[in-house]
Amino acid sequence: MTGANGVGKSSLLRTLAGLVPLKEGGISLEGGEDDRTAFEHSHYFGHQDAVKPALTVLENLTFWQAFTAPISADVFPTEIHKPADALEFLGIGHTARLPAAYLSAGQKRRLSLARLLVSSRPIWLMDEPTSALDRHSEAQLLGLMNAHLDRGGMIVTATHTDLPLNSIRTLHLEAPQDVRIVGELA
Amino acid sequence: MTGWALSLFRREISLAVRVGGSAMVGVLFFLAVVTVIPFGVGPDLNLLARIGPAVLWIGALLATLLGLDRLFQADREDGALDLFLMSGRSLELLVLIKCLAHWMATGLPLVIAAPVLAIFLNLEPVAIGAVTLTLLVGTPALTLIGAVGASLTVSLRRGGLLLAVLVIPLAIPVLIFGVSSADAAIHDPVPFMTPFLILCALTLITAVIGPLASAAALRFSSD
Amino acid sequence: MAIWDYANPTRFLRLVQIILPWLIGLCVIAFAAGLYMTFFTAPDDYQQGATVKIMYIHVPAAWLAMMCYSIMAISSLGTLVWKHPLADVSAKAAAPIGAAFTFMSLVTGSLWGKPMWGTYWVWDARLTSVLVLFIMYLGLIALWRTMEDPIKAGKAAAILTLVGALNLPIIKFSVEWWNTLHQPASVMRMGGPTIATSMLIPLFVMAIAFTLLFFVLHLMAMRNEILRRRVRAMRLKAAATARPATVTATAQPAE
Repeated sequence: MTGANGVGKSSLLRTLAGLVPLKEGGISLEGGEDDRTAFEHSHYFGHQDAVKPALTVLENLTFWQAFTAPISADVFPTEIHKPADALEFLGIGHTARLPAAYLSAGQKRRLSLARLLVSSRPIWLMDEPTSALDRHSEAQLLGLMNAHLDRGGMIVTATHTDLPLNSIRTLHLEAPQDVRIVGELA
Repeated sequence: MTGWALSLFRREISLAVRVGGSAMVGVLFFLAVVTVIPFGVGPDLNLLARIGPAVLWIGALLATLLGLDRLFQADREDGALDLFLMSGRSLELLVLIKCLAHWMATGLPLVIAAPVLAIFLNLEPVAIGAVTLTLLVGTPALTLIGAVGASLTVSLRRGGLLLAVLVIPLAIPVLIFGVSSADAAIHDPVPFMTPFLILCALTLITAVIGPLASAAALRFSSD
Repeated sequence: MAIWDYANPTRFLRLVQIILPWLIGLCVIAFAAGLYMTFFTAPDDYQQGATVKIMYIHVPAAWLAMMCYSIMAISSLGTLVWKHPLADVSAKAAAPIGAAFTFMSLVTGSLWGKPMWGTYWVWDARLTSVLVLFIMYLGLIALWRTMEDPIKAGKAAAILTLVGALNLPIIKFSVEWWNTLHQPASVMRMGGPTIATSMLIPLFVMAIAFTLLFFVLHLMAMRNEILRRRVRAMRLKAAATARPATVTATAQPAE
């Protein structure tokens, strides 16, 4: 999903995540668990890391693993990594016992990313996932995203740079010339 | 289903214990309020014994409310609240667990400190027991009502004062019956159990209304 | 015609345009009649003398203080359950009016109390409950003022209003309980059920006049609020159309 700043990429992602109520219409998902909404099948990877500085890296991750139920879909088999393995895989395994306050911005980002690995969900909603990552970590992230796609998962991501992913469909958002304010009283 | 609840509870407790010793600050504030009262009304021990239960209750009320503004704000600032909201977990239960953990970390220390502070106020042993018991039963209600205010002001940068203003009128019944039952134990105009059972009922009512209203407010705060 | 037909603010504004002059006329007539009766036909109380006439302001104001909160509670249900677009406008417009009537009832109550009790303020159960109600009104107004987005503020205030509505009976009950505990029933009961017909009729007329006044003010305030929101929407629109020329450095998550 591409488009200029302020055009509504983040809002669209947050709407898909169920955080912004729909004005009209609905969101449905084919092939998922019937008794769950579309956004319960999703991981949301936004600008904020949801990392508590006072907890250790491992505690942060184990909490999110326990809190976020893994969800399968017809074409998406469940695959769960252990928290320690996920941290090791993302190259921050050595920090597992440290309080998260000691992590750098990039390391925090990777800890946040580890959340997506320890609890398997078919849809990833990612808001500019490559921000705050160096070139090496960016390549690793793209690898993870490709692996997720290969397993049958789906990714909706807002981005400013071209992401070399396996199968891409681009949605370019553009502000209409005559901007309509969406509001009850307009 | 209980797995996530338990791990949320454990997370909240360890956060409360590790971040800035909020339990300690609450108790210190309680101590400060109780210490200030004799300077205001004079060191007359008989008077202090008479108003002692009220002083302890008002101190506990203020200490509870002033510690509540960060209940959901920290989670909102680091994005955890978004993940809570979209997790599909029962938000009402989540609020209840957070309140329980918050009470264990900040309310319970107040209850434990109350008997010590009661000695400053010249309370008799029966009165000390009664005040401590009513605080034990009543302070969860304060936390649960306060949670509504905390979630209403979650998006405000300086919501603490507003929270107290919004919540204090709602906390009046708890205060009335808390102090009344403590008084009833000392010089019985009414049997102790009457106001005490009403206090228990109030706590149970807030355990329903608090999480419901608070969860609704959190849902609306996200968009 | 269903209430939903007036969900459209434009149609509502047109309706207000038609109704308002009539309502104002009725209100003026009711006040003229009510005040005439109050000052010239209503008898003085054999104990309280002319001070009893404060009742004709005090009781209607107290009645409106409560009615206004009920209207806000119903409007809050409208906001949260039926999602009626005018509901939170109605609740927001009603709050300052309710606070004003509550304040009026407190002031007249304490003015009436001075000759009766010898002091301006007594922690009487009714006065205390009204004071708590006043604080709740002010809290709601403060909540509305501190939140930037009117829609969000409306929802938050609606939740608080409903929690308050659930709590008001409990507060009333506990304040009465507290009152009987601390001062046994020696307090003057104001305007109890034993009231002469010659006083009841002016009181009734004044209550109608106050109610009409409330509706006049409420409709005007709702109209102003709708216009205020249109101004806000237009300003947002103006900001949005100017957007392509400006460059923002970082993308923020949408609030």
